[in-house]
Amino acid sequence: MSEETVLQVRDLCLWYAPGSPTLKHVSLDLPERQVTALIGPSGCGKSTFLKTLDRMNDLIPGVRVTGSVRYRGRELYDPSVDVTWLRKQIGMVFQKPNPFPMSIYDNVAYGPRTHGVRDRGRLDGIVEGSLRGAALWEEVRDRLKKPALALSGGQQQRLCIARALAVEPDVLLMDEATSALDPISTSKIEELISELKERYTIVTVTHNMQQAARISDKCAFFLLGELIEFGDTTQLFSLPRDKRTEDYITGRFG
Amino acid sequence: MVPHSARRRMRDGLLRGMLWLSGGLVAALLAAVAGYVLFRGLPHLTWELLTTQTSVLRDTRGIWPNLGNTLYVVGVSLALVLPLGVGAAVYLTEYAPSRRLAGAIEFAAGTLAGIPSILYGLVGMLVFCQLWGLQASLLAGSLTLAVMTFPTVLRTTQESLKTVPQSYREGALGLGSGKWRMIRTVVLPAAADGIVTGCILAVGRVVGESAALLFTAGMGMSLNHVFASWENFSRSSGATLTVALYVYAKERADFDTAFAIAVLLLGLTLVLNGAARLAGRSIRQRGGERRE
Amino acid sequence: MRRRFHPAEAGMRIAFLLCGLVAIAFVLVITLYLILAGLPGFGHIGFWDFLLGRVWDPAAGRFGILPFLLASLYGAAGAILLGAPVGLLCAVFLAKLAPPRLAAVLRPAVEVLAGIPSVVYGLVGMLVLVPAVRRWFRLPDGASLFAAIVVLAVMLLPSVIRVAETALRAVPPEYEAASLALGATEIETVFRVSLPAASSGVAAAVILGVGRALGEAMAVLMVAGNGANMPGLFRSVRFLTTAVAGEMAYAAGLQREALFSIALVLFVFILLINGALAALLKGR
Repeated sequence: MSEETVLQVRDLCLWYAPGSPTLKHVSLDLPERQVTALIGPSGCGKSTFLKTLDRMNDLIPGVRVTGSVRYRGRELYDPSVDVTWLRKQIGMVFQKPNPFPMSIYDNVAYGPRTHGVRDRGRLDGIVEGSLRGAALWEEVRDRLKKPALALSGGQQQRLCIARALAVEPDVLLMDEATSALDPISTSKIEELISELKERYTIVTVTHNMQQAARISDKCAFFLLGELIEFGDTTQLFSLPRDKRTEDYITGRFG
Repeated sequence: MVPHSARRRMRDGLLRGMLWLSGGLVAALLAAVAGYVLFRGLPHLTWELLTTQTSVLRDTRGIWPNLGNTLYVVGVSLALVLPLGVGAAVYLTEYAPSRRLAGAIEFAAGTLAGIPSILYGLVGMLVFCQLWGLQASLLAGSLTLAVMTFPTVLRTTQESLKTVPQSYREGALGLGSGKWRMIRTVVLPAAADGIVTGCILAVGRVVGESAALLFTAGMGMSLNHVFASWENFSRSSGATLTVALYVYAKERADFDTAFAIAVLLLGLTLVLNGAARLAGRSIRQRGGERRE
Repeated sequence: MRRRFHPAEAGMRIAFLLCGLVAIAFVLVITLYLILAGLPGFGHIGFWDFLLGRVWDPAAGRFGILPFLLASLYGAAGAILLGAPVGLLCAVFLAKLAPPRLAAVLRPAVEVLAGIPSVVYGLVGMLVLVPAVRRWFRLPDGASLFAAIVVLAVMLLPSVIRVAETALRAVPPEYEAASLALGATEIETVFRVSLPAASSGVAAAVILGVGRALGEAMAVLMVAGNGANMPGLFRSVRFLTTAVAGEMAYAAGLQREALFSIALVLFVFILLINGALAALLKGR
């Protein structure tokens, strides 16, 4: 497997307010077409870190970022970067399913329409392709015009994945995408992630250690805003290099 | 770098411009109306105008009687609506045993809030002036406005009562006090700011009202000595400031006086708005804490 | 523990209940009186002759209110067409775009605009707008439906802005985050996600504006000219409200009955609007 780096993070620090930073000098390389899991106790900065990768932190007033994040060689925090272009390349699926209060079809078509696709036939194709990609097509094919909010929680989350896929992203960020779901929906989404990594680079935040072990290729352990350990998942779970990682994955804290 | 499509950027800029423009337009409208009123009215708002009454014989112009009438209507309608509105709000938040009755009361209050003031004026005329025999009088006008401002006081008080923490009530009841005692000693004091806000808003509506007073309180310009006797108190009629503005502008073409009154009304609006904001601030803070 | 009977407690309970029931009583009395006073006119003039009659001439005994009905409807529609877009855009500006400091100034300004008495709007309209309309359009008199529409558009702005802004603020931020994460701009997000998500509140704002425009009397009385004409944009017109306000002081007999019937027609319109509002707000 080629190990081309998609996102290269160097010495990244982030402050929500002046004083002690929430992220402290994080550096890591995210490889192409692999699933990287970010783990660590609540408040360790893993979600914050995820959001720095598509600049969703820009929305919060008072945030300051230093260091460098390069996406395929381009500096993300360079003022010349078009954030809308960036967010089209790097999609995001949120913790709580958040479909728009529109029809299923319009949810998936929202992204492509935003980026200028008007042709009905092409939209139909994108919608079907994305829903298939998110393993939802069979369940909703005959009710595409129905409101998305009528779907179950697990279906809504897969719809959100389909919506993210519809803009043909390169990277998919998932912020605890299964934490609000029941076990069956969770396992469906886990299966889906394993299929999606054939085509996409995936970064996922999870609280669930077993899930991280099951689905990820790489794993990054965060503690109090610091990246403690980063490496192959099998190695990190079987032979952690750092004592704190070992304590965490064996359940001694967090 | 993939360039953002030019069309998309243009549309974005255009919409952004329209949003700023409409915000600016609203601000400009206020500035224009207020500015023009001040420009035309301020020179004529003299001490003499405020303290004399208009008389053709003596060739004087003054709005002293209208000030008095406005105060009368504000005072009497507030005295009437305050217990009613607060009482209804207390019933809704503290008692209301059936959801259906509470829903009916809230629906009725919503309906009242939507009825135009001219219709209040007509019904006030039919009920208070004719049926009750009050004729066109300040008292009948005040009664009409009390009905009209009822939903305002009810709703603001209700909002405020809702933000009183449940623990206050439990604390009082836990000490063995009865419900009315609990309401009197704990709930109402804690909701005082909301009641005050409701009163200020009601005063604002009363001061600004004209259509509902046209046929209920009369359009007279002479001085009423309302406290001289009960007869005077209940029978006096006359124009409040807003009605006087209308009469001066539309029927006497005396625009200087009309604009002087407009300045006064504008000033009152500003003062009342500021006061309502101040009183409302503490409710919002408490509401914020409770949601926390 | 035994419950003792407290006369004060029981008395206050009844007192508060009465205060609540007063709200219902007010509505019933108002409805009853408007119907009682309004129906005879319909009977004496004839339902359709009254509603669809094109001539209002009390001296000749002709009481057709179609001119007032249409003037009110056109006036409200025109004011909404003119005022609602500005109001909605301003609400979007306040809720989503305005820098906090600017919003902190603009929001009280909107409140002041709402608090200015309608006679003051009427006065400014009478002395600024009416002459301007006369000059711009070279009319013999500027007091017209058009002038009324402009004044009403300004007057309904604050209510539209307030209700629409509240609705926009209630849109869950997750919707907006999802849109931004898909690469939509802030502006695209507002117009394609926030506004549609707030659509019931936005509709309520517009309907409330229609209610305000239909119900306003004094400002219209001062700028619309008050001629009993079939409406035209630059003709002197009388609304339902101003027909009542203008003649009630001296009307008697059948004319007075007809004025109360006009009030009843207006009341029915307002009830329809209230019903629509209640349905919209309940649906949320």
